[in-house]
Amino acid sequence: MDILLAIAIMALGAVVLGAALGYASIKFKVEGDPLVDKIDAILPQTQCGQCGFPGCKPYAEAIAKGEVDINLCPPGGMEGVQRLADLLGREVKPLDAEEKPKQIAIIDENTCIGCTLCIQACPVDAIVGAAKQMHTIIAGQCTGCELCLPPCPVECIRMEAIGENIDNWKWKYPVVEIKAADAARPAIKEAA
Amino acid sequence: MSHYLFILVGAVLVNNVVLVKILGLCPFMGVSKKLETAYGMGAATTFVLTLATGASYIIDHFLLLPFGLEYLRTLSFIVTIAAIVQLTEMVIAKTSPTLQQTLGIYLPLITTNCAVLGVPLINIANGNGFVESLLFGAGSAVGFSLVLILFAGIRERIEGADVPLHFRGAAIAMVTAGLMALAFMGFAGLDKYQ
Amino acid sequence: MLHQLFKFKGGVKPPTNKTQSVTLPIAAAPLPSRLIVPLHQSIGGTPRPVVQAGDKVRKGQLIGEADGWISAAVHAPTSGTVLAVAMQPQPHPSGLDALSVVIEPDGRDEWIDRQPFDYANATPDDTRRYLQQSGVVGLGGAVFPTHGKLTASRSVAMDELIINGAECEPYITCDDLLMRERAADIVRGIGIFRDLLQPKRVLIGIEDNKPEAAAAMRAAVAELGENFEVVSVPTRYPAGGAKQLIRVLTGKEVPAAKRSTDLGVQCFNVATAYTAWRAIAYGEPVVSRIVTVTGNVHAPRNYEALIGTPMDELLALAQPHPDTDGTVMGGPMMGFLVPTPDVPVVKATNCLIAHADRLFPPKAPEMPCIRCGACADACPHELQPFELYWHARAKNFGKTQQYHIFDCIECGCCSFVCPSRIPLVQYFRFAKSEIWAREREKNAADEAKTRFEFKQFREEREKAEKAEKLAKAAAAQAAKKAAEAAAAAADSSPAAPAEAAVDPAQAAKKAAIEAAMARAKAQREAAQPKNTDTLNPQQAEELAAIEARRQAAGLTDAAAGTAAVDATREAKTEE
Repeated sequence: MDILLAIAIMALGAVVLGAALGYASIKFKVEGDPLVDKIDAILPQTQCGQCGFPGCKPYAEAIAKGEVDINLCPPGGMEGVQRLADLLGREVKPLDAEEKPKQIAIIDENTCIGCTLCIQACPVDAIVGAAKQMHTIIAGQCTGCELCLPPCPVECIRMEAIGENIDNWKWKYPVVEIKAADAARPAIKEAA
Repeated sequence: MSHYLFILVGAVLVNNVVLVKILGLCPFMGVSKKLETAYGMGAATTFVLTLATGASYIIDHFLLLPFGLEYLRTLSFIVTIAAIVQLTEMVIAKTSPTLQQTLGIYLPLITTNCAVLGVPLINIANGNGFVESLLFGAGSAVGFSLVLILFAGIRERIEGADVPLHFRGAAIAMVTAGLMALAFMGFAGLDKYQ
Repeated sequence: MLHQLFKFKGGVKPPTNKTQSVTLPIAAAPLPSRLIVPLHQSIGGTPRPVVQAGDKVRKGQLIGEADGWISAAVHAPTSGTVLAVAMQPQPHPSGLDALSVVIEPDGRDEWIDRQPFDYANATPDDTRRYLQQSGVVGLGGAVFPTHGKLTASRSVAMDELIINGAECEPYITCDDLLMRERAADIVRGIGIFRDLLQPKRVLIGIEDNKPEAAAAMRAAVAELGENFEVVSVPTRYPAGGAKQLIRVLTGKEVPAAKRSTDLGVQCFNVATAYTAWRAIAYGEPVVSRIVTVTGNVHAPRNYEALIGTPMDELLALAQPHPDTDGTVMGGPMMGFLVPTPDVPVVKATNCLIAHADRLFPPKAPEMPCIRCGACADACPHELQPFELYWHARAKNFGKTQQYHIFDCIECGCCSFVCPSRIPLVQYFRFAKSEIWAREREKNAADEAKTRFEFKQFREEREKAEKAEKLAKAAAAQAAKKAAEAAAAAADSSPAAPAEAAVDPAQAAKKAAIEAAMARAKAQREAAQPKNTDTLNPQQAEELAAIEARRQAAGLTDAAAGTAAVDATREAKTEE
């Protein structure tokens, strides 16, 4: 008898709690995934596809679902991995590829044959030109994704690292300078 | 009235659930890296713990005791707590997805947080009434949140400190937790004025 | 007249070291061997060069055109030949090069045709544009284009115009000498600013360690019959900071992330007022400025030097001692060692200090922060440098912003008082430039994102348009085929031979009409099955039953729709 009572009580509890949870799951249903936007905001938006996804947003979606690692974005660098780890509370992992300095594509205008293939490949519309006309890259809009390199039939596009100039120069982290002791000074002391 | 006050202050400071009773260490170490998540975890645990103490008191007094089923306490409490945690998770997922993501595994783990089960059991062991149980539960939860937030604040600062390489991370956090526990022993002195 | 003064919190009192360079009047520096005029000398857009190598220029000729509203023109400082428009070392802590115009003077120092600006008959907008064209920028050190500050806020009434003659930083005396010797022109320049901004009152703040300058200014104000107030403010670094001077003179505190114009106050340097007057009354753009040359030199003095003069040539005039091992541009608190001695004097160069270890002993190594709070006491912006330092050192930039790092004016008071000799300002500069870099990256990423999304949208749209076009073409094709078939049927009808007797023109016309009618009929026929016209009730019943079954099976495509559906299908497979 006792055991039946126990079972009945546990069953009653299960039914009540189950009903409450079922109601809550309808009431607090989450639409969409706001997390994707937050992840997408951290990604560098180069749309380069180096992570294996066709653009930054699909990668963000995959991260939000927990399907992939957070260290697949080379343009984001270690800093990007760090920030994703902070946002998601995941472990920081070393980047899955080597980190490259920020670069932009440059078209050698003497070699360009005006085939428009690179224009179609550019994910951010940073190349201007028309069929059989010389193409050129809008330096300010280029994300350095390298997607225009493979389609070029005459290999007239090259990547160039963005050098430091006065506008993008950064103050360095202060380091304690360790200087060799002045050789003359102890000698004076000894003399004194 | 002062009886209730003693229960509350005692639960928050003197018998702090984390630093004196050494319960609920898992989230205490796990989600104290950032102040923001500590606030979230503190709030979630406070909610769960207070509800769980109330619910478990009701279950114990109106279901288990009348039928002589005390041996089902642990089981039924765990089920209740699990349901409440699920509910909390749904609410958090709706209101703050980032918090849900940052709390990560620790949110469902509140279910197995020994503090949440421990506090109702302590209540029953002490023979607390309903209001006392609730107060003790709320006090413990506030105490948990308090030390969690204090600890997170300290850990955020430690991030910038010159900690010797091999002490970085969990090691220095343990040392800090130990020092905090020592400091909280000082509250035992409040006993004298009871 | 006693003016009520207020106090700003913090500040320090370093030894002023100003007396050395005020004994002699301002001297004109001789023409240097060459001039390197950087194009980017003010905050804002980089001016575009308008000269080429080989061009002959005259003194005051435009060589760099302002790019955008917040930007100021650059002019040739003397007559000569442009040797190059090339990257040259800059007086900038980075030691990096920037685009500059290199001019070889011809020694004649020939001015362009100078025309005074008809200020009395000009609109305020014209005056502002003229000042921009004349390259008038803030000469106190920030080099913000002056015309950009000469528009009164529409929402807030302009209460005070503050003229900054405080010159609080040690060693620097260029404003002091300028006020002593050219007070009248300064006051006239202030008059222009007053006219443009229409403030309720004009206050000229001068630190009380410059009584001669204050007296000269008072005399000039009285002589010109103006109602400007010359106020002596207590000597305390950084009383010459714009926000500090505003606080001292008006009691107004400029809140974080707000500008003084929001409070109805605007602040200009005395030298700025002077150059504005020179530009308006004499048509002389900014091609020179007063530079204090002091420090480890034999004869410290103020020189009126052409913009672009190599610093080593200017420094040589003051005869530096042999142990000089560098040049500091600016004062000892906020200045920096220039990367190479031959970088040019720019509009921001108020002082050159010959550096020697004897004058500025090297700092002992940095020690750990002991959280003594001396820096917080000294901070004129009431920040907490020790907290900022902690987070900047840990590269926790979000926290530094919470502690208002962008309110820091990098005055150096905290580093000056720090007993652990921590280079606090360097940490703050590091944190600030990191935050700026991130901001830039973020903006670039946002832009890339919008462009990417637009490209995707455009591709989708093009695809849809193409599909639509193909569908239309296919439908037309199908209709044409059907019409041809109908026409063929009409041609073979027996009516044709009977009408052959009628004249051919009419026959052709009729045939055309008939063909058209047949086409239309054929189309109609294609649209609806012909055999449903005459039905007996039984047939109708059967048909209805079939229709119902078809509907149940989901085959509701009417025969009429099939052609179009086929066409779309065709179009799809083509893709």
